[in-house]
Amino acid sequence: MGLKNLTGLVLLSLAVIVLPYALPDFYFKLIQIGIYALICIGLSLLLGYAGQISLGHAAFYALGAYTSAILTVRYGWSPWLAVWVGIGLTIILALAIGIPSLRLQGHYLAMATLAFGEIAFVVATAWVALTGGPSGFGHIPKWNVFGYRLVPPRADQAIFYFVWAAVILGLLVALNLINSRVGRALRAIHDGEQAADVLGIPTATYKIKIFVLSAAYASVAGSIYAHVSGYVNPGPFSVEHSILFITMVIVGGMRTVWGGVAGACLMGLLPELLADLEHWRFAIYGLILLIIMMFIPQGILLGVRDLIAWSLEKLPFRKADSPGETE
Amino acid sequence: MSDSAGYSNLMQFVLSGLAFGSIYAMVAIGFNIIYNATGIINLAQGEFVMLGGMFLVWGQDELGLPVWAAVAVSVLIVAAIGVAFERIAIRPLRNPSVLVLIIITIAGSFLFRGAVLLVWGDRLFSCDSFLSGDSIWILGAIITRQRILIFGTLLVVGGILAVFFGYTILGKAMRATAFNRTAARLVGINTRTMVMFAFGLSAAIGALAGAVVVPVTGIAWEHGVLLGLKGFAAAVLGGLGNNAAAVVAGLLLGVIESVAAGTISTDYKDAIALSALLIVLFIRPAGLFGRAELTRLGQL
Repeated sequence: MGLKNLTGLVLLSLAVIVLPYALPDFYFKLIQIGIYALICIGLSLLLGYAGQISLGHAAFYALGAYTSAILTVRYGWSPWLAVWVGIGLTIILALAIGIPSLRLQGHYLAMATLAFGEIAFVVATAWVALTGGPSGFGHIPKWNVFGYRLVPPRADQAIFYFVWAAVILGLLVALNLINSRVGRALRAIHDGEQAADVLGIPTATYKIKIFVLSAAYASVAGSIYAHVSGYVNPGPFSVEHSILFITMVIVGGMRTVWGGVAGACLMGLLPELLADLEHWRFAIYGLILLIIMMFIPQGILLGVRDLIAWSLEKLPFRKADSPGETE
Repeated sequence: MSDSAGYSNLMQFVLSGLAFGSIYAMVAIGFNIIYNATGIINLAQGEFVMLGGMFLVWGQDELGLPVWAAVAVSVLIVAAIGVAFERIAIRPLRNPSVLVLIIITIAGSFLFRGAVLLVWGDRLFSCDSFLSGDSIWILGAIITRQRILIFGTLLVVGGILAVFFGYTILGKAMRATAFNRTAARLVGINTRTMVMFAFGLSAAIGALAGAVVVPVTGIAWEHGVLLGLKGFAAAVLGGLGNNAAAVVAGLLLGVIESVAAGTISTDYKDAIALSALLIVLFIRPAGLFGRAELTRLGQL
């Protein structure tokens, strides 16, 4: 996995452990952000490594959330079991969408997932008997971790640790994948699909696998969301949110899975800064996407690194040793 | 329900479906024009439609223009926005990947939507029918004059485009650019101008569709997404890049949606139309009438 990533993971874990004590009035805002970060890790694999885009990940997020909610509330299942059912359903749907559209190139996955996202939102709103319709339903049981029920508000800290433990686990899985044979194959696909094909890499299969994996990340995030909030309705699963997730990944930088986490934190905290500017949201997201894409396509995380490297090189008193890839 | 009542109901759904289908067809033509010129699927296409409706209402209410002048003003403004979008956000990119283009056009769509939300708020705007007078009975169904006007607009736009692309120098130059950009440049066509022109034309047609639909559905800042998606569905249904097929496919999609809404459920109307898109993508990605043009798609 590389020393850099290992150091990163250790530092992140330490930060997570310390944060509730260091910033007791702030850390709970990072619970929802951690859930977003989990989705973004999966998406950055899809964007940065498979070079594909999904505009419907909120639908997989919804699938996880509603599956967990319905199974635990209506049928009394354990949350731990319901997550897996959510993942299973997500894999089936992701395969159904991914296989046909990834056989084609270019825009097809984008448009198919966008349509799928709209359909999922319509169904979540209209199928009142199953989903509770626009008002949704509540009383979703909390996670039961080692006999310890995670109930807010006192258990905010426990929930925070639980969510970010999931993020770190998600990072671990993703980093392992990237530094394996699969990751090298994906990088080859990204750099040149035809060349990868010629080398004997089954490009379509790899792209489908990554799409399914990224959908599974979103599904798990959805299950966690349902149990953390205790309530689901269609609101957080609109296509707007799918595009918010994409924005997070782009802002953080899609070339590294760390970018997904960084982007989720940056974009997730933006509404805090813009609390009174609800109507500005779309314009600001659009502007941020446009500016990042045109001027800092590598994202903020690598952008800052490049900036540091550049300034070190320019400064006369020190010659920079070339920084390696942060993957 | 007697057979004749069932028949007239069905006729009613089909005729109202043709009106919405005309809108989808015009949006699809907008997608095709940009796709042919550049290979880009413009995800902000639906926002051009929404902007067209918004500027129509603005022209009527704020400037006090008569409806036809307001339509013209709206189409011109949105065409200018389309050109500006190409100049500012797309042309500066050097060798952009498909991924980058998708993200840029999404960013544009959010920007347009957000700007409308800021300026006009989240209200639903509406205006009077362009033609006064009662609804008309056709084949046992009743249909408003505005819906007939929408259908007529599609026919006029289709006719003008057929002449434009078939018989004018500019239209032929655009087709040449679509066919082979390098060859077009070699015979002296300024392909960059053609691309800019494609964005302007596409935005103008979208704006026209958005303007004529306002008296029927009203228009709000968030309407662009679904109009764009359904227009794309029509474009794919017909085979990307083929305008004549897009007209047929758009009308077909409108009728399918309307009949499904009338006979199955209005709640699922949008889901049914979009499922048609998914099914076609999966079974016949070259479109209902398309030759297997996957090689061209492969270039993307």
